[in-house]
Amino acid sequence: MSAKVGTPLFYSPLSYLRIALITFIARRLLFALVLLAAVSLFTYLLFALLPTDPAALTCGKNCKPELIEANRVRLGYDKPIHEQYFQFVKGIFTGRTYGTGDIAFTCPAPSLGYSFNQHECVSSLIGKTFPVTAFLSLGAFILWMLLGVGTGTLAALHRGKWQDRLTSVITSIGVSLPTFYVGLLVLFSVVIWLQWLPFPHYASPSENLHDFLTAMILPWITLAVLSAASYTRITRNGVLEAMNEDFVRFGVAKGLKNRTVIRKYVLRAALIPIVTIAGLDFAALLGGAIVTESVFSLPGMGRLAIRSVTDSDLPVLVGTTLVAAVFIVMANTIVDIIYGILDPRVRLK
Amino acid sequence: MSTTEATVGELHEYALIESKSPGRLAWERFRRDRVAVVASFVVLFFVGIALFAPLVCKALGINPLTLDRKALNDFGLPNGPFGAMSRKHLLGVEPGTGRDILARLIYGARISLFVGFVSTLLTTVIGVVLGIVAGYRRGKIDAVISRFTDLTLAFPSLLLIIALTRPFTQRLESLGVPEGNPARLTYIILVLSLFGWVYVARIVRGQTLALREREFVEAARASGAGHWHMVFKELLPNIWAPIIVIVSLSLPGYVAVESTLSFLGVGLLPPDASWGVMLGDSVKYYRADPTYLFVPGVALIVLVLAFNVMGDGIRDALDPKSDRQQLG
Repeated sequence: MSAKVGTPLFYSPLSYLRIALITFIARRLLFALVLLAAVSLFTYLLFALLPTDPAALTCGKNCKPELIEANRVRLGYDKPIHEQYFQFVKGIFTGRTYGTGDIAFTCPAPSLGYSFNQHECVSSLIGKTFPVTAFLSLGAFILWMLLGVGTGTLAALHRGKWQDRLTSVITSIGVSLPTFYVGLLVLFSVVIWLQWLPFPHYASPSENLHDFLTAMILPWITLAVLSAASYTRITRNGVLEAMNEDFVRFGVAKGLKNRTVIRKYVLRAALIPIVTIAGLDFAALLGGAIVTESVFSLPGMGRLAIRSVTDSDLPVLVGTTLVAAVFIVMANTIVDIIYGILDPRVRLK
Repeated sequence: MSTTEATVGELHEYALIESKSPGRLAWERFRRDRVAVVASFVVLFFVGIALFAPLVCKALGINPLTLDRKALNDFGLPNGPFGAMSRKHLLGVEPGTGRDILARLIYGARISLFVGFVSTLLTTVIGVVLGIVAGYRRGKIDAVISRFTDLTLAFPSLLLIIALTRPFTQRLESLGVPEGNPARLTYIILVLSLFGWVYVARIVRGQTLALREREFVEAARASGAGHWHMVFKELLPNIWAPIIVIVSLSLPGYVAVESTLSFLGVGLLPPDASWGVMLGDSVKYYRADPTYLFVPGVALIVLVLAFNVMGDGIRDALDPKSDRQQLG
């Protein structure tokens, strides 16, 4: 036999599929990494080439030029741009130390730079604000999925009747409204005019659960209701489409209860596209719910980013942009991979 | 003979029914959709007001720039209930300056709709061209365009738009765009288009890929049609429907985004005002003058809603399956 030991003479069709799947996943992951590298390079260059001098921003208006120069060297802004970028990327993996001797300070890995405005490492700033954004996104996400899928299914089952008409009107309004406006109206009416809730003052849930909930309930509801509108539409169409599928008819013909058919067959089929979009929307929110956090004064990543814009805090701006991009790319990749697993045709592309 | 005449007449009628083009059928379906028709009249009304803003304001005897101190009390707040609504100022006056809100709203419609129209036009043109090219040529060109799409989508657009406002408007001004609001408007439209074309291109590319494999396209290719003919005679006429839908749905989207940008501080400078600027302003007076909070908001809601309903109507009308679905 000429075949080498260890090489099977033939692969079963199943293992061919498995190999195809593994290469597909590997390719997707590799592409995600390349994309992230491109995003980081682009973001870094974009902000570095702005006419603002990051070193001059490290201390106040009446700053001595020597101090600015010292800070420039300390933060590495005196080096050519490609070297700065290299240092930045290296810092993500190994951490970064600024300056030497007594005045040196270190941002441990993953370091995204140092904010002179807030005298803190960017990664620790993001670490502090991210939980707020995560709680906000997660709560809103659960609410809007329940609401969107629920009303969407209801509308589809009562197609053409008043329930369907009513949801169609409400969702049209819902998708039309800008978040900031609805958020402000909700805030003003509940907190100021009706005085049902105190003015939101965020506290972490472990610190003060009551404050946490009173600060979160309005943004959750606002985000959920507005986002649910488009999910209601997608669910309604998905359910209607699925109800025409053969496997659903088969379920009915088999004598299953309506409720069972809807839960086991219809919703399962209708939910696949919804989960995809939901994943992407959720990731976008995680990257900073800028508008919602601004309206409800939540100390999340979106507000951190907006503040860094007004303060010209470049390191924070680069850091938050990158983290947001990581979430978007990650969600895209995961969704793609799940699709590839569910639908073999996608892999062949 | 009368019988033959009747047959001819019937035949004629049949011929009429048979000869309806898809566009005609869609138009008839759209006309039957009463809600969508009302919505399109609302849209036309707003567009008309925006186009003829100076005339409308003259006819109403109002001016967006006139400061009416008499309408304000000692605290600079509107003197009277509901934001000092009166026969002179139908929708009240702006706190602080006493400018007529209705007039500002009418002139604001110009700016908001201008941003919406131009951004939609740019995104659609860029998106359709790149989408068709990617889907039609495939191969390397498709790969480049698709990777570029992925890259654009990976950025948190809202944050970047806000962060780059100051440096880029300055850059535009140094390039010769008039300082102040023209530069700001140009910037807003450019960045909205820069991030917006991706969605159009994705849809158009998908449609083109599907069309490419259809028999009539293959037939045209086999008979030696050039690229130009393929794109303009074979592909484009068949993807008009989704393009029209995208246009009607993305326009209100841009109007809403512009208002969000204004709220976040990336808006126009006074005395010009878009609806978004007015909304952003009114927030400051929510306690003292809640009417001001509602007036531009309601206008924005009505406009955006009308566009959305009209867009849905167009989508239903262009979908040949929608008739059948109504039966089922």
